[in-house]
Amino acid sequence: MLWNTILLALRAIRRNMLRSFLTVLGIVIGVTAVITMVTIGRGATVQVQQQIASMGSNMLMLSPGKRLGPGQSSGSAPFKESDADAIAKEISSVTAVAPVSSQSLMAIFGNQNWTTQVTGTNNQYLKVTNRSLKAGREFSDSELRSGAAVCIIGETVRKKLFGGQGGLGGKIRLQKLSCDVIGLLEAKGQSTMGMDQDDIVLIPLSTFQRRISGNQDVGMIQLSVRQGASTEKAQGDIRTLMRERRHLSASEDDNFNVMDMKEIAKMLTGTTQLLTALLSAVAAVSLLVGGIGIMNIMLVSVTERTREIGVRLAIGALEYDVLMQFLVEAVVLSSLGGLIGIALATAGSFFAARLMQVPYIFIPGINVLAFLFSAAIGIIFGFFPAKRAAMLDPIDALRHE
Amino acid sequence: MNTGQRLIEFKEVTKAYGKGTASMQALRGVDLSIDEGEFVAIMGPSGSGKSTCMNILGCLDTPTSGLYSFKGVDVGKLDRRQRALLRRYYQGFVFQGFNLLTRTSAIENVELPLIYRRAPAHQRREDAFKALETVGLKGWESHTPGELSGGQQQRVAIARAIVTKPAVLLADEPTGNLDTARSREIMQLLNTLNSTDGITIIMITHEPDMAAYAKRVIHFRDGLVETDKQNGRAD
Ligand SMILES: Nc1ncnc2c1ncn2[C@@H]1O[C@H](COP(=O)(O)OP(=O)(O)O)[C@@H](O)[C@H]1O
Ligand SMILES: [Mg+2]
Repeated sequence: MLWNTILLALRAIRRNMLRSFLTVLGIVIGVTAVITMVTIGRGATVQVQQQIASMGSNMLMLSPGKRLGPGQSSGSAPFKESDADAIAKEISSVTAVAPVSSQSLMAIFGNQNWTTQVTGTNNQYLKVTNRSLKAGREFSDSELRSGAAVCIIGETVRKKLFGGQGGLGGKIRLQKLSCDVIGLLEAKGQSTMGMDQDDIVLIPLSTFQRRISGNQDVGMIQLSVRQGASTEKAQGDIRTLMRERRHLSASEDDNFNVMDMKEIAKMLTGTTQLLTALLSAVAAVSLLVGGIGIMNIMLVSVTERTREIGVRLAIGALEYDVLMQFLVEAVVLSSLGGLIGIALATAGSFFAARLMQVPYIFIPGINVLAFLFSAAIGIIFGFFPAKRAAMLDPIDALRHE
Repeated sequence: MNTGQRLIEFKEVTKAYGKGTASMQALRGVDLSIDEGEFVAIMGPSGSGKSTCMNILGCLDTPTSGLYSFKGVDVGKLDRRQRALLRRYYQGFVFQGFNLLTRTSAIENVELPLIYRRAPAHQRREDAFKALETVGLKGWESHTPGELSGGQQQRVAIARAIVTKPAVLLADEPTGNLDTARSREIMQLLNTLNSTDGITIIMITHEPDMAAYAKRVIHFRDGLVETDKQNGRAD
């Protein structure tokens, strides 16, 4: 009997194809949005985790202020190169220390220009960030000391300025600084948060300080801990050292921050997950709106089909039969909407993942959940109209115009 | 063909529409008894209470007072559900305005009462086909009401009412929308259903020509039975 009712419902839906489609549009959009958001969010999270893993778990990042990120609290003193030197000297488990200062600048070669991230640092930076040169050489000691006008460029910058080939030995201009390209970085691709890691120009820190920032500050210090040594211990040691160097009394909080990759990973994935949750919540609201759309149309349908209901009651349908008919119709309708949504979301998130260059991960759970949810919407929002239809008096329903 | 079993009994049945001073008496104490196998025509001027009486007979409406018993059961004591079941298993109703489901094929319309009887699908199809054949609509099964003439729609409505082989067929002006030739066809059909299938038929009509097919004619006037006569015609 239930099967029959489902067939009847499908018939009723087919009879009103366009309206049925418009009715479930809300559900379709809601389901599509929710699944796509969650799928892309999961992909982004996994990507962040993968990249952090590829960067090596032994990296530490030392930044001024209480936390890393765009909301950096100001007012805490920046680091100096001597801080990096001190860490290298005092902390035995640290293998490489790179003071890092960056600024976004336009790089010019001939009539080509490209705005990129110019980073002043030393050769240790390559070790800390797990990078290598595909051509050319690292900075020499004298270049580092004297603040020579030399640079190592990433693949994206090379391509934008020099095209298909070449670059090594070229002379590019960064602001007023004209510098020789002495090395090319091996390509590394997209980073966490979709940043292009090859969109970078490295110059000696002293060059950056003298010719670009005009001060002795160091934005942050990146360092790597010897394999096998405890990063927690290194973190603790660095903290003690820095508190001492910054003359913090016992009652004062740290005005800097030492993060290991786990924390960085947590922060980055946390952001991604929060964003996913927020967007999914918005999408879920559209599901609710979709449900109300179904109720609305089912109510219209009941009014419109009052005579039909009268006929059905007159020829032997029970309240239960009519209730089931409308309920099943609502559920079949909303479930179909859910299925369409799942199909669209699968295609949509697959292509969106491609576009955003995050891995596509099919999540069975969210698909099943979305389907059950849309069916439940049918039951919840279909019940009231169905009950209303079932309660009609046959003679009144038949007289309805 | 009158088996003599009492099928329907009205005692002092009244029906009032509206309340208080605005109330009007559509039926003012109707006494009536109809046996199984009868073919009854109900006649009378417009507004005399024929449809009201028919709706009560079909358990679609309830009398304001009086007794209605069907097969010896006091219908007044049945609840909504039991009345629905009575309609489902014993009665076939042909409405004045066909009342077919639109955009639904003839065969699906005819199948509908069988669906509510929980008949198996193949049985349903078979019976619906047969019923459509009986009313002369073989080959029209997949047409929707919109694609059928008024006479054909009326016959689909009759097929739907008889497909369950009901104890009684209640028809409110089954020929009201038809020309004379079509009306005669319908009357012959009802006649056959009555004489061969033994279905009790109660039919409202305005036309004496059509009433002539019945074995008994009841005249209504002002909510009362005016005359109640056996037809002279013997068959
Ligand atoms: N639903 C209703 N509400 C109020 N009055 C009604 C209703 N149905 C019928 N009537 C009145 O009851 C009387 C009998 O109507 P009806 O049984 O339809 O007569 P007939 O079918 O013989 O023409 C008429 O006066 C009609 O106006
Ligand atoms: Mg009438």
